[in-house]
Amino acid sequence: MNAPSPLIEVHGLQAWYGRRRILHGVDFSVVPGEIRVIMGGSGSGKSTLLRHLIGLQRPRDGSVRIFGVELGRASERELLAVRRKIGVSFQGGALLTSLSVGENVALPLREHTRLDESTIRIMSRLKLEVVNLGGFQDLMPSQLSGGMVKRAALARAIVMDPRLLFFDEPSAGLDPVVAAELDELILRLRDALRMTIVVVTHELESAFKIADTITVLDQGEILMTGTVGEVRASPNARIQDLLNRRPRAVQVDADTYLRRLTGEEA
Amino acid sequence: MKGASAALDRLGRASLGSLAGVGHAAVLLFDALRFGVVGWRIGQPLRPAAVARQMREIGVDALPIVLLLGFTVGLMLGIQFIASLSAFGAESQVVVAVAKSVTREFGALITAILVAGRSGSALAARIGSMSVSQEIDALAVIGIEPVRYLVAPALIAMVVMLPALTVFASAAALVGAALYSAPALDITVGAYLLRTMSLLDPGDLWQGLSKSFVFALLITLIGVSTGFSVRGGAEGVGRATTRAVVLAICWIIVVDMVFSFFVNR
Repeated sequence: MNAPSPLIEVHGLQAWYGRRRILHGVDFSVVPGEIRVIMGGSGSGKSTLLRHLIGLQRPRDGSVRIFGVELGRASERELLAVRRKIGVSFQGGALLTSLSVGENVALPLREHTRLDESTIRIMSRLKLEVVNLGGFQDLMPSQLSGGMVKRAALARAIVMDPRLLFFDEPSAGLDPVVAAELDELILRLRDALRMTIVVVTHELESAFKIADTITVLDQGEILMTGTVGEVRASPNARIQDLLNRRPRAVQVDADTYLRRLTGEEA
Repeated sequence: MKGASAALDRLGRASLGSLAGVGHAAVLLFDALRFGVVGWRIGQPLRPAAVARQMREIGVDALPIVLLLGFTVGLMLGIQFIASLSAFGAESQVVVAVAKSVTREFGALITAILVAGRSGSALAARIGSMSVSQEIDALAVIGIEPVRYLVAPALIAMVVMLPALTVFASAAALVGAALYSAPALDITVGAYLLRTMSLLDPGDLWQGLSKSFVFALLITLIGVSTGFSVRGGAEGVGRATTRAVVLAICWIIVVDMVFSFFVNR
């Protein structure tokens, strides 16, 4: 039997902020139905990688293909077609504060479909129920807790039934119980809706719980891609430092850090 | 020598920053117009409801304060002109002086300054805080072009409502001036207003309206481009809001002067 063709293919992706290189030629692919966790510490380049994957930054060097569409060369129409097939749950939720929870969830349907208002309302309520927020549609985002905001953002991300779902730090800033609930929800979504899911996180516990495959990113390079067991057993010192929360041996002095920050040092 | 070099460096950076700002505003204007005209063809239609909401916020909600301010300015002009012209025995010229200065100049200027402070700052604050909280990114990944969703409705609403508000402000100013000046000239308010109408020609009204159209573009583009360039959290949003108001008012006054110079030569 042929292996399924990847939904995401990244080849030789490099990213720069000024003269500082953030990603050093990243290569990986994600196949349908997989939960891929991209794991790495702060400053490892995972947020930059995510911005490229969801089309917020176009690749300058290397390529990112989603559903076979090369994002760097995609026309507006092609990019829009890709975006309609993906969902993104941002770290802080990124709900539109001027809209109610229900209006936030309904927004993609209102913008991209010709469904009548009552159907849109029913569909958005159903998605809110999927994330255990049934009955919260009339509240404003400011009236929700951090965990509820993330779940509402998730409802908005899945309202168009995307084939591919991205999470940016889903459990960051949540207490362990709420974080565990969110992890369960991610697993349920994959099983029930057969979504392919990419999670960017630095939370080890969460990563090990939900991942089929983990890609470990450090200082803009992929150290390895493997199953949870393979990552745990890796002899790579940098991976073991990350897993065992050991501080880096090399310290960066303040002047060097400032020079890097201002782009004076590549 | 080092000080001069540092000053030149700062001047160069500031000039480049200003040029980049003008470029950014031009791109936003082009994109907003593009989405307004052909957005529906690329899956980014302009929503009439969004335009209507902006028109209400920018125009209808501002009407009471615009009327009050216009009326006060008219009253003030009446007081000043009566006081200064009576020194030369030329009180009768008050009507023409007020009518021309209000319709050509003060109506558009006062309304633009008020709307810049009210709606220009609100645009910058709204887009800035959305930018900081990743709402702009969220719109983009949902497949909603932020310029189409946030800029185009505001631009259209501003271009329609600022001239409309200018008309109301000018009318209120003329009424204000009439209420003070008519008794001083020993005529009725009705007669004062009729005389005003007979003295004004379409060119006077056109001058004020064409200025307000340009001011509308300035206020919107400065507000949205400042909002999109926000960095640094809540503090950055606060700075951007102030910057949007100050920049807009400065540009309004400078453009008004240039406009007046060329139109009245």
